[in-house]
Amino acid sequence: MTVAIVECGIGNVQSVANACRQIAPDTVVVADGAALTAANPQRVILPGVGAIGTVLANLRGREIAPVLERLVRGSGVPFLGICVGMQVLADVCEEFGSHRGFGWIPGHVRRMAPVVSRVRLPHVGWNTIAATWPDDPLMRDIDGKDAYFVHSYAMDCPREFVLATTEYEGVTFPCAVRRDNIAGVQFHPEKSSLIGAALLTAFIGDGLCTNAA
Amino acid sequence: MYKRRLIPVLFLKDGWMVRSESFSIHQAIGDPLHHVRRMVQWDVDELIVIDIGDAEMPFGHDRVDYRNKAVTTLPEFIRLIAVECRIPLTFGGRVRSVADVRERIHNGADKVTVNSQIADNPAEVTKMATTFGSQAIVASIDYRMVGNEARVYCDRGARDVGADVKTWARRAIDAGVGEILLTSIDRDGAARGYDLETISAVANAVNVPVIACGGAGNPLHFVKCFRETRASAVAAGNIFHFTENAYPNAKLLLRHQLPDIR
Repeated sequence: MTVAIVECGIGNVQSVANACRQIAPDTVVVADGAALTAANPQRVILPGVGAIGTVLANLRGREIAPVLERLVRGSGVPFLGICVGMQVLADVCEEFGSHRGFGWIPGHVRRMAPVVSRVRLPHVGWNTIAATWPDDPLMRDIDGKDAYFVHSYAMDCPREFVLATTEYEGVTFPCAVRRDNIAGVQFHPEKSSLIGAALLTAFIGDGLCTNAA
Repeated sequence: MYKRRLIPVLFLKDGWMVRSESFSIHQAIGDPLHHVRRMVQWDVDELIVIDIGDAEMPFGHDRVDYRNKAVTTLPEFIRLIAVECRIPLTFGGRVRSVADVRERIHNGADKVTVNSQIADNPAEVTKMATTFGSQAIVASIDYRMVGNEARVYCDRGARDVGADVKTWARRAIDAGVGEILLTSIDRDGAARGYDLETISAVANAVNVPVIACGGAGNPLHFVKCFRETRASAVAAGNIFHFTENAYPNAKLLLRHQLPDIR
């Protein structure tokens, strides 16, 4: 089982790689399209830290986006986006301007609340995952548990793609989304202790084969 | 439900873990890696490690009785911690440039703290925030009471910046930081409870998360700070080093008394 971790920004992918290696020793970190093709992975994880515009520009500039398109949308390889890696799935992403996302899951990424508001942002810390599809293999072990979040932007998408939601200071947002073999989580499984390990184990182990959608 | 965090802060000096008092007395309490492992076993909500040494110092201590191999550089040390950390890691101390942030984050830190650069070069802090995101940059603000004013000091309490905490917090947020670690120098190592008045004043004045630090002497001090202020997190150092199972026991008490504790 080869798991490819796509490095696309300026953030730290080592913690995701460390967490995955515990589950799948054949975890590789790739930073461009050629390396991703060469890895021929059975699972792809896109961790995202940093500004979404930079992440998208790097994914396209390093020829990663077309390889992902072929592997994930063409061949159906299970895909998991983390944080900004989930947000790039949307059509439109607003952060320091407006950016065109992958559009793999129809949706819109916006700041969770206006800059001048009583909502304390970024949303940093542990918060509860409330599954809308509790029987989904990704949700089975983590529904109702706490995961670690760090973000100010969140994705809005049609209900049918929302696996789970989280509430923060009166704002409810999708914390996990899924469309067939494509999934994304807003929280950080690699920083969420045992709950995060459970999610990664479910993704790497079952993949997204048991399709609840 | 959003949970408020209880965060251990570990202070490093020249590669040793130290206990700090009034920012001036530092008692070495051993090998930092052992302390980090204990925190990871306790499944702490988050971990803050601050290097308060004066300069880049060798981390190896040539101690044959330590089972781990000698660590010689800061990046290597962060890597060793990060491999074991399944929880968020903030690394602070001597962070002055975008390159300093990159070094710490690429080796496994999730966030860094900045302190003196808020006074000396806020434009560089802004550059850090736009490069790595505001969520990765935490302002470490240290203050002591001067009359009725909570006056901010940088350089580990040595330099008066000429402003009060609320003004300084706004300056840090304008520069782009995403969180504030607020430490009372007077209460550092004093174990007489948190400075609830100042913590409240800052937490009510800003709309980024505030981490309160300085003064914990027993777990009831945590309860009081969570109950009486809007701090998003409460941090402490010494209390977690000298009492058996201090962190898990504090969490048990907190969960019993408050709904929003993990």
